[in-house]
Amino acid sequence: MRRVAIVGAGLTKFYRNTQETPKELAYEATKMALDSCEMKLSDIDCVVHGTAPDAFDGVHMKGEYLSDGSGAFRKPYMRHFVGGGTGVLSPAHGWFHVASGMFDTCLVVAEEKMSCAYPHPAGAFITIFDHTTEQALYPTLIYIFAIEMNRFMTTHGYRKEDIALVAVKNKKNAMDHPSAQLPAEITVQDVLNSEIMAWPVNRLDISPTSDGAACIILAAEHVARRVTEKPIWLDGVGWSLDTAYWCTRDLYYPDYLEVAARQAYKMAGIKEPSKEIHIAEPYDPFTYKELHHIEGLMLAPRGKSVQMLVDGHFNRDGNLPTSPSGGLLGVGNPIAAAGLMKVIELYLQLKGTAGKRQVPGNPTCGVANAWGDLMQVGTVVVLRS
Amino acid sequence: MSKRVAIIGIGTTGFRATTPDVSYRELTYEAAMKAYLDAGVEPKDIGSFVATSEDFLEGYSISDEYSPDQLGAVLRPIYTVPGDFIHSLASAYMMILSGVGPISVAQGLSKASNMLTLSEMVTFGMDPIYNRPLKESPHAVAGLEMARFLYETGTTREQCAKVVVKNRKNALNNPYAGHGVLVNPDYVLNSEVISYPLTQMDISPHSDGAVVVVLAEEEAAKALCDKPIWIRGIGWCSDTPGLETRNWAEAIYAQMAAEMAYKMAGIRYPRKEIDFAEINDEFSYKELQHLEAMRVCKKGEAGPLTEIGGTEITGEFPVNTSGGCLGVGNLYELNGGHKVFEVVQQLRGEAGKNQLKNVTTGLAQSWRGIPTTTGTVVILSN
Amino acid sequence: MEITKKMVEKTATKLTAEEILEGKVLSVKWEPKLKYAWDNGPAIGRYLAELKNGKIIAKKCDKCHRIMIPPRMFCELCWVPSGEWVYVKDTGIVNTWIIGHVDWKAKRLDIKGGVRPITLSIIEIDGASKGMGILHHLGEVDPWKIHRGMKVKAVWKPPEERTGSITDIKYFKPVK
Repeated sequence: MRRVAIVGAGLTKFYRNTQETPKELAYEATKMALDSCEMKLSDIDCVVHGTAPDAFDGVHMKGEYLSDGSGAFRKPYMRHFVGGGTGVLSPAHGWFHVASGMFDTCLVVAEEKMSCAYPHPAGAFITIFDHTTEQALYPTLIYIFAIEMNRFMTTHGYRKEDIALVAVKNKKNAMDHPSAQLPAEITVQDVLNSEIMAWPVNRLDISPTSDGAACIILAAEHVARRVTEKPIWLDGVGWSLDTAYWCTRDLYYPDYLEVAARQAYKMAGIKEPSKEIHIAEPYDPFTYKELHHIEGLMLAPRGKSVQMLVDGHFNRDGNLPTSPSGGLLGVGNPIAAAGLMKVIELYLQLKGTAGKRQVPGNPTCGVANAWGDLMQVGTVVVLRS
Repeated sequence: MSKRVAIIGIGTTGFRATTPDVSYRELTYEAAMKAYLDAGVEPKDIGSFVATSEDFLEGYSISDEYSPDQLGAVLRPIYTVPGDFIHSLASAYMMILSGVGPISVAQGLSKASNMLTLSEMVTFGMDPIYNRPLKESPHAVAGLEMARFLYETGTTREQCAKVVVKNRKNALNNPYAGHGVLVNPDYVLNSEVISYPLTQMDISPHSDGAVVVVLAEEEAAKALCDKPIWIRGIGWCSDTPGLETRNWAEAIYAQMAAEMAYKMAGIRYPRKEIDFAEINDEFSYKELQHLEAMRVCKKGEAGPLTEIGGTEITGEFPVNTSGGCLGVGNLYELNGGHKVFEVVQQLRGEAGKNQLKNVTTGLAQSWRGIPTTTGTVVILSN
Repeated sequence: MEITKKMVEKTATKLTAEEILEGKVLSVKWEPKLKYAWDNGPAIGRYLAELKNGKIIAKKCDKCHRIMIPPRMFCELCWVPSGEWVYVKDTGIVNTWIIGHVDWKAKRLDIKGGVRPITLSIIEIDGASKGMGILHHLGEVDPWKIHRGMKVKAVWKPPEERTGSITDIKYFKPVK
């Protein structure tokens, strides 16, 4: 098995509405990634594209529509998706294109333009539910996440005001992120006072809907060493799906994530994740999700993540900085692109080029995850410098 | 690449115009059970799974969420490729080469009969700004391409009609095929004009069904299977999605996918080194255009070869012994799946009445349909 | 390389909803007219037929002995065909719930104007195996008094109004 590195990255600005078409957003991120490592499209052997439901961009087979914007013209090109988990699956999908020996370089692109869905992208979510047993009840994503948050809280006795600290931390971290859509200095009280969406979820517990794109470039070791002095190694990947019968699972713990994380840690040779990992980008579309995922990634014991959060453990200068980028809560959530944004944050942090967001102590190992579908997907990557 | 990978198990439900008795869940479950039984594996032995689906065909957003249960893949590495089945096969292949596990599974499904507005769906796949406002039907795009292909290559409508006659006849002897029928070329030529030169009979009717394929790395393949069918080459490619900028006469995407697969397989003269092929024939002319892209025929020679019976089961280079999309049905994302299924059956000597004699190498090729220029190729040997 | 403000500035142009709605920026509208008629298969088919009869039916796995609801033709965990049909009760307990202030299109409900919040919940059905829940609404209860483990019972539509749908149960209400 060949070692694979990230050698370049590109990211667009995230907005609620952008004027650029989905293709153009993909192009901007791809171009920035190529420029970042002085590569040309002709140096690229293959392209993988991660993008979630077709209903957002409003094009059937949107992977086909996006292909030329993603630099795939007349190249082997493959799209993949696992709902919200897509962004972090993308490097994994690219990884086995290169690790298999089939290709030496791979463009990994992720794009989402949610604003195309009118009047609100939330309407597109009705069609993710079982058409016979669930859609007739008119559920939506916010409801089911509130359902999960409630189970998580009541099982561990967590309080809403403690979970709200995630929004405070991440939105503040995002103040230093150039792409951020919703950076802010807020207080716990602001979160609790914001409008109730579906109790226990308030408006400031949720990441926004966004338009945006992201891209990384993967290379086999011999190419990576030629292209850059400091390749960041993609040492572990993992992904798994739990059953689609989501009402029959105990939602308090993300088993799917633990399975994916164990796969990634095994590949990376990590035995004690909480000691060997210096920095994490857990997926945070909702405040509680960051904590849920920290537990699933085995970076905190079950039922202990909130205390560690309150103690400042996860701050940018804490023992284990989480979402130093600002996460989805602060930077924005163009679904697949947001997942890849998290991987790009690890890349920049491990390279030591995260600017004002740089965490202290020269981190050398980081983990990112994403999650999605009917709260059933875990995707994980482990990066090392 | 040091490792060799083989197909060790295949399973299908067969392909029918409708499947009102089962849901997508049971359809895939049946194909998976047959494939695992065929391979002698259980879900716990499988290292990774790849499913194939497109949201609007399934009628679900992020349709991948319904993939794990039917495959026995709950809490296992599985993800979805919205592409052709052969894309998923390539993913499963690469995962074995990358060391994710020695056994991998690819799945594809069509429930096209549940999608009541297929034409509207395909139109929804066109460029939203440049093309969709013109409200052209998907068949108009096929008509445009067919006209240019006939013009540039000198292929005739009669030769395209021969493709329809041959494939729908082959389907009669394939128990899995849903659209077998005996017709003569005049019947095809005189059927309703949809988008001249394309007539109703030039278009493949839709079908439902599922295919599951089990792949294994050499050591496991030899331990588990008497007749492993080796993947010798695999390729995929996307040309431009723009209707305005594409080459309408030649299937560049198919050429490039084929060359990638040929290079991997070490094939220089496809016509000599390959014994038979399953070629995408969603529209009659596509079989001829794709045969030329595969370098089985030179430009303009696929029509004449078909005319003299060269691509019949008894011909010099049999094409679509299964009945192809025209005879089996258009399976959308699953089109490549039924092609692979047929090639494996032929190479194992299990193709029944349509069995070819003394075949060692076969090619399966697919295309993602209107309005795409995305194609896939896989070359298999026994 | 660092990704800077200057670099990302050029990549995307911010629009407001007004700029699109007022036509300051041109846009193209398309409403896809997509229709589906899903085949439910034997398991969900019978489930719906029994709902029409005012009953809830599950299916048993002969390997792990789970009584599974909604019923399914195979156990997704043991991956074997499922066994006998089992009627379960129309009562259960609340596993988890929400108090929704927006509808499924993210439109805010007029709660102050008297609209009842949406109280969707997962209900573990009595007679099915532990943890086997279904999604449904709660009714005849103060939303803020719902609690984990609360006992509930189905409120059915009158037989003549039932269509063979999950909505043949109007909602679940608390019972002692």
